Parts: sequence; structure tokens; C-alpha cells
Amino acid sequence: MQIRNQIICCICAVTMLFIVGSCSQQGQTGALNSSLADRSYVAPGEHDEFYAFISGGYSGQLSIYGLPSGRLFRVVPVFSVDAEKGYGFNEETKPLLNTSFGSIPWDDSHHPDLSQTNGKVDGRWCFINGNNTPRIARISLSSFETEEIIEIPNSAGNHSSAFVTENTEYVVAGTRFAVPVPQRDMPIEEYKGNFKGALSFIKVDQETGRMNLEFQVMMPGFNFDLAHPGRKKSHGWMFFSTYNTEEASTLLEVNASQNDKDFIAAINWKKAEELIANGQFETIKTEYAHNVYEESTHMATSTMKKEVKVLDPAKYPGLVYFLPTPKSPHGCDVDPSGEYIIGSGKLAASMTAHSFTKMLDAIENKKFDGDAYGIPVINYEDVVSGVVQQAGLGPLHTEFDNDGNAYTTFFISSEVVKWKVGTWEVLDRAPTYYSVGHLMIPGGNSQEPFGKYLVAMNKITKDRYLPTGPELAHSAQLYDISGDKMELILDFPTIGEPHYAAGCPADLIKPNQTKIYELEKNNHPYAAKSDKEARIERNGNEVHVYMTMIRSHFTPDNLEGIKVGDKVYFHVTNLEQDYDVPHGISIIGANTSELLIMPGQTETFIWEPKKEGVWPFYCTDFCSALHQEMQGYIRVSGRNSNTPLKWSLDGD
Amino acid sequence: MIVGALLLGGLYLFPIWNITLEAPQYPEPIGMDIFINKFQGMNPNDIKNINIMNHYVGMKDIPEQIPEFEIFPLVTAGMIILGVLTGFIGKKNLYLVWFGLMVTFGTIAMYDFYLWEYDYGHDLKETAAIKFTDSDGEPMAYQPPLIGNKTILNFRALSWPRTGAYLMFLGMALSVLAYFQNKKEASNSSQQAQKAKEDDEEQYSHNVA
Ligand SMILES: [Cu+2]
Repeated sequence: MQIRNQIICCICAVTMLFIVGSCSQQGQTGALNSSLADRSYVAPGEHDEFYAFISGGYSGQLSIYGLPSGRLFRVVPVFSVDAEKGYGFNEETKPLLNTSFGSIPWDDSHHPDLSQTNGKVDGRWCFINGNNTPRIARISLSSFETEEIIEIPNSAGNHSSAFVTENTEYVVAGTRFAVPVPQRDMPIEEYKGNFKGALSFIKVDQETGRMNLEFQVMMPGFNFDLAHPGRKKSHGWMFFSTYNTEEASTLLEVNASQNDKDFIAAINWKKAEELIANGQFETIKTEYAHNVYEESTHMATSTMKKEVKVLDPAKYPGLVYFLPTPKSPHGCDVDPSGEYIIGSGKLAASMTAHSFTKMLDAIENKKFDGDAYGIPVINYEDVVSGVVQQAGLGPLHTEFDNDGNAYTTFFISSEVVKWKVGTWEVLDRAPTYYSVGHLMIPGGNSQEPFGKYLVAMNKITKDRYLPTGPELAHSAQLYDISGDKMELILDFPTIGEPHYAAGCPADLIKPNQTKIYELEKNNHPYAAKSDKEARIERNGNEVHVYMTMIRSHFTPDNLEGIKVGDKVYFHVTNLEQDYDVPHGISIIGANTSELLIMPGQTETFIWEPKKEGVWPFYCTDFCSALHQEMQGYIRVSGRNSNTPLKWSLDGD
Repeated sequence: MIVGALLLGGLYLFPIWNITLEAPQYPEPIGMDIFINKFQGMNPNDIKNINIMNHYVGMKDIPEQIPEFEIFPLVTAGMIILGVLTGFIGKKNLYLVWFGLMVTFGTIAMYDFYLWEYDYGHDLKETAAIKFTDSDGEPMAYQPPLIGNKTILNFRALSWPRTGAYLMFLGMALSVLAYFQNKKEASNSSQQAQKAKEDDEEQYSHNVA
């Protein structure tokens, strides 16, 4: 009996080995064994451990995922209109999309970053940049709404943005395209020496989060790619990667790839603050929009600003230094200690680690290799601390864990490589599917990373999902990095093209959630805070309807006296004060989106009736058992009719 | 005895009763605390939200003001004064009378509460959107339990006393305790007349108790 059992055991063990062996082979082609799947499994009703804020890329939005499940919770509309939420369609949010070029319904959102206090993620705000028409947005992490958008003047392609300093003193915006400053009509071929590259420092009010364009450092006409803040010992500095130091305006794929080394620009922003405080700046005329959404009025306003303070780095020694870095560096990432600045030369096979200590020493002892447009270039040998040799092809972006390891994406060789900070040795590598751009470790751009998961954001998915015609989803991949080896545990599709992401423990954000807006604090000028305040007012052909909604009716729900040619403003207040009870509204033929109104909130849409008749409207959000009955009628009379204004609910 | 009477003062500070409603859609339950002079939501908007849900089956809104909220505070004040006076007088039988009065008023209050609950749960608007019937085909009633737990449609209603009531029960218990203590003391002191002075002091301390 015993012997038989042992034999069975042996057979079982062999079978197990075989199964495990075949699974790990299948891993190459996509299948995962169940123990790996368990690690991303979050049971129904359970919460994820981390929030991930993943850029929506060319959707212009910000997507909110949970980790490790990869579940999508919400897409926050930021730079693009969103008919589902009425964003950019209702009167309250339209001003958010205003720019010096007029209203723009779209942008290309790139790099979310989270606010920090003492170098640690603090869960207050998320910042994200609009690349095409340079802007930075601030999203509240209580309401998950866009609260502010500031346009960046003298810039074009706001790419090296929106990264924050250690205490969220500043969020930065470095221009990708060099442009004439001020903009003017001139021959393109005169680019070299004439175009400028503005680096903007936007100050953040610590109480309100409000942004103010404090100053711009007006750099030579290089292209600025990414940026990262110094931390701990290097706090007070900001590092920007550059490409096209050749200053080419045409066929950049060749002409901007000629210099063996481009630069990482080190900006001493504390020094800049001193200069500004001493009045050592130039003020130049420009134009940019500053749009603020006020929670108490549930309404945004747009203000056009007219000038900006500018610093010329050639004039002020000590403000900017160049760190030579091979081959058009993309990422310039600062390790949690603040000592190393990692330049990922995207056309190279190796990464360069600059030492902040060596940089200070080189500056003090003037170990310079000439200058570029009056800005000192530090000797390459006197600032480099180490090189990660032949780690892969096309390094893009590096983040860090809390054990002194770094993780770099390689676009061309399509992999993530783990290496040791300080010894520069490669420890592990894992393939990505396919062509990874950026990666994210929660807190990975701070003093305190949470090195449990790594999200790789892929540009190409090809055969990874069920096909959907020529346009395919981009994809994120989740790796468990808690052990020595990185292990791929989950694929999940993303929206737009996620360029970048930020993450943090859910506990930093969950307790501060806005559940409802208090009706008592609703200061919207057109709010009706009870059924009794519901009414219609006519002013010429402008008609204002003060409407309320509560389960499951509108007040009023029968409206008469509206005429063809009127401009009817529906100001609709949701009187609910219970969590998760929004109502929506739209009316037949409205040339705009629905409104989707949160409890205690007021929103407005305009309806210009073109035809006589009796036209229905209804609640668009399934709010209750009697949701289907939440509806009403508007009678529209002829342009010259005498139908009196009349409104009612249930005959009252 | 005096402490016992003063414990009734807790009725002005703490809720007497609580009705909590649990439902799948309310992972954080909602509910209502009943004070001597008001109804108050457990969370800021609970009463409003209870009213919204209950209106579908034709229930009336929970009133902001009822006559009881005027009467109960006066009755309670009266009982506190009576109790304190009784304590000073120190007649053991009066303690029992006070206790009896409390039981009477308590019973009346509970009956009153029951009547309100009955009316709240049965007096439904003719025009209610949702009309359920019970197993006998009678219109469904939505009366919360007087005390205990009960399932009403998708809700589980929990109705239990709260701090104010517990303080009141404690006060009543103390009055009975004072009665028995006093009785024992009285028989002791008659046997040991020579210690009358000390007894007086002791008596005083019991009054305070
Ligand atoms: Cu509704």
C-alpha cells in the first residue's frame, strides 16, 4: 500500500514538473499559469491596493485604473470634450478648454505626475500636460475632476511636462519644439540661433492647488523631451533632457541624430527664484489662457494673461549647466536618493548615470568643456558616475524600487531591464508585448517608491487581443517585481496611447473622496436649491429655466410659453444628497450633449428650439426604480404667439 | 437616588432610540437617532434619503416636529426635579413612587412610539407608485419594529435603545437600589440609636448616591 502511494506520488511530481515546464514555455506566447493569475486577482467587492493614473495619450484624457487588477474605474476628461459627462459641452466647463487660439476640443495628453510633500506622493492632485497646444491641467484627487488648465506661452509641444518638484513648489513645462519668441513671420531656415526653447516653471499654491506661471528660462533652440526633479540632496534642481541640439528644422530623423552627445540641462530653480525676487528678469508680452473651475459655483472661468517673466541663462551664471549625454536622451530620471540622474539615450544601447555630487564638484572647480550659447557644458568624464553597458536597444525611461534597483524600458528590443543602481550591472530582463514606451512603479518618481508592481505601457499590441479592425488597443502589462525576477502577471488594454503613468497606494486617496456636493454650499448663480425655487424667467428671447431633479421627477416637468427663436438656458440642479445618485437630462433635438449632474451640483445646457410642438425631455442616468418615469414636456409655440410662461409639476 | 434622577439629564444629550436600515445598496447603513426633542440622521442626509426611498411606497416624510418633542423634555425635567426632591427628603417609599412614575411614563412613551411607528408604516398615500401586498393579499405595511430586527422589502430595520435610554434605565435601577439600601439602613439605625449621629451622616451619603 505504502509503496503504491509512493509510486503515485512520484508520477504526480513528474507530471507537475511537466506541467510547470510547459506553462513557462507558454508564457512566451501569452498564457499564464494560475499562480501568476492569482497575483492580479482582486476578488469581487475587494479594492485594489494601488491607484494608477495612466495618460490617455491622443484621447486627451486621464484614465484611472486599479492595480493589480488592471480594472478601469474612470476616464477623467481633461483636454478633450466628453459628451458622456457633458465636459466641454455644458456652460460650466466650456471655459476650461479656452486658449489664446480660442476653444479647442482636443489635445494629446502625455505625462501625469502626482503632487508630493517632502518628496513623497501625497494624494492631493494629479497634473498632466497637453502636448499639442501647450497646457498643464490639475485634477483634484478628491473629486477626480479637472479643476484648472493653464496654457504655456512661448512654447510649442509641451512635452517635458508635467513633473512636480519635491514639495510641489513647481510643476514644469519644457517646450518640445523650439519656436521664435515672440512668434513672428520669419524664414524657417533661419531657425538655428534664432529660435528659443522655453522652460516654464508654474508655481502651485499649497492650499488651493492654483497654478501661476512664475517664470520662464529662455533656453537655446533645442528640443526638450522629458524632465525630472532633484530630490533630497539635489532638491532645488530640475533636469531636462534635450535632443536636436543640432537645431535642425527638417528631416530631424537624420539631422537631429548627428551629434554624438546631446545634453541634460540642469536648472537651479532656487537660483532662479532669487533672481526673480531681486527683480533680475525681463518681462515680455505674450498671451495665454488661465482657466479655473470653482467647486463652490460648479463653474469655470477663463482669464487671458498678457505677460511673463523671463530669465536669460547666458546672463546669469549658475542658473543652468549642460550635462553631455549620449544620443538624444529621452528619459532623465532621478533615483530616490537624488544622487543619480539617469540619461536614456534612445538611439544608444547604454544608459548614462550622472552623479549630482560630481556635478556640484565640477561646477565648483569649473571642469567645463566650453559652453553652448553662453551656458557652461560640464566635462562628460567629470559628471558621469557610471554606464549601464549594452543593457538593450533604445532605452527610454527608468523608474526605481525601494531596494536600490532601477527598471528601464527598451523600445527597440521590446523589454524591461532591471539593473542595480551604483554597480550598474544588469540583474534581469523581461520581454514586453510589444515595443514598450514608458513604465511606472507606484511612487517610482519620488523618494519613496512602492516596489511591488511595475506597469509597462506598450505602443504596439498586434496579436495580444481579439482583433478590432485596423485600429488596435494599446496595452499595459503588469509585472510583479517583489522577487528577484520580474514576472508578467497581467495584460490590460488602455485608452488612447498611454505615454506615461503615475501611481500610489489607494489609502492615500480613498479617505478624501468627495461623495456629494453639499447643496447648502452650492453657490452657482442659477442654482435652484429646492422645488420651491424652480421657475422660468424670460428676458427678451433669452429664457432661463431653473429646474431641479430628485428621485424620480423634474420640477417643473411641464413647461409652456417657450417660443421658436428663444435661447433657452436649462440650469438644472440635482437636489440629491446621497452618494452615487447622479441624474442626467437631455431634450430631443438638443445640439449639445446631455448633462450628467452629481448630487448637489448645478449644470447648464442651451436649447434653441427650431420647431413648434411639444417636445419631451428625460433623465439619462438610471437613477431609481421609477427612472423611466423621470420625464417631462416642453411646449414650443410660434415666434409671435402669446402663450404665457407657465410651469408646473403635477398641476401645481 | 439623586444621581439616579440626574442620570435622566442624559436624555437631553444622547439619543434615546435608533432605527438603522441596512440594504445591499447601502454598504454603509443609513438610519435615524431619536432624541427627546428631535429626529436626527445618523449621517447628515439620512432622513432626507429615507424619505426619498419611502415615498415610492407612499410613506409620509419623517416629520421635523411632533408634539412629543415639546412634552417629553418637560416631563423629563419634572421627573428630574421630583427625583432630586425625593432624594433630599429621603423617604424610601417615595423612591418607589418615583420609580413607579418612571415606569408609567416610560410605558406611555413606548406606546406613543409604537403608535407613531404604526401610523408611519400603515398610513400610505393612495397614489403611491409602488404598492406591495403581503401574503394575505393585504396592503403591505412598512412599520419598523418597536424593538429588535425586522426585514422590510430590501431593507433590514434594526430598532434598539441608545445611550439616553440606557442612562435612564440605570437611573431607574439606582432608585430601586436606593430604596433597598435605605430600608436596610433604617432597620439598622433603629437597633443602634446611640449611633444616630453617624447614621445621619451616612444617610446623607446614601441620599447623594
Ligand atoms: Cu434620474
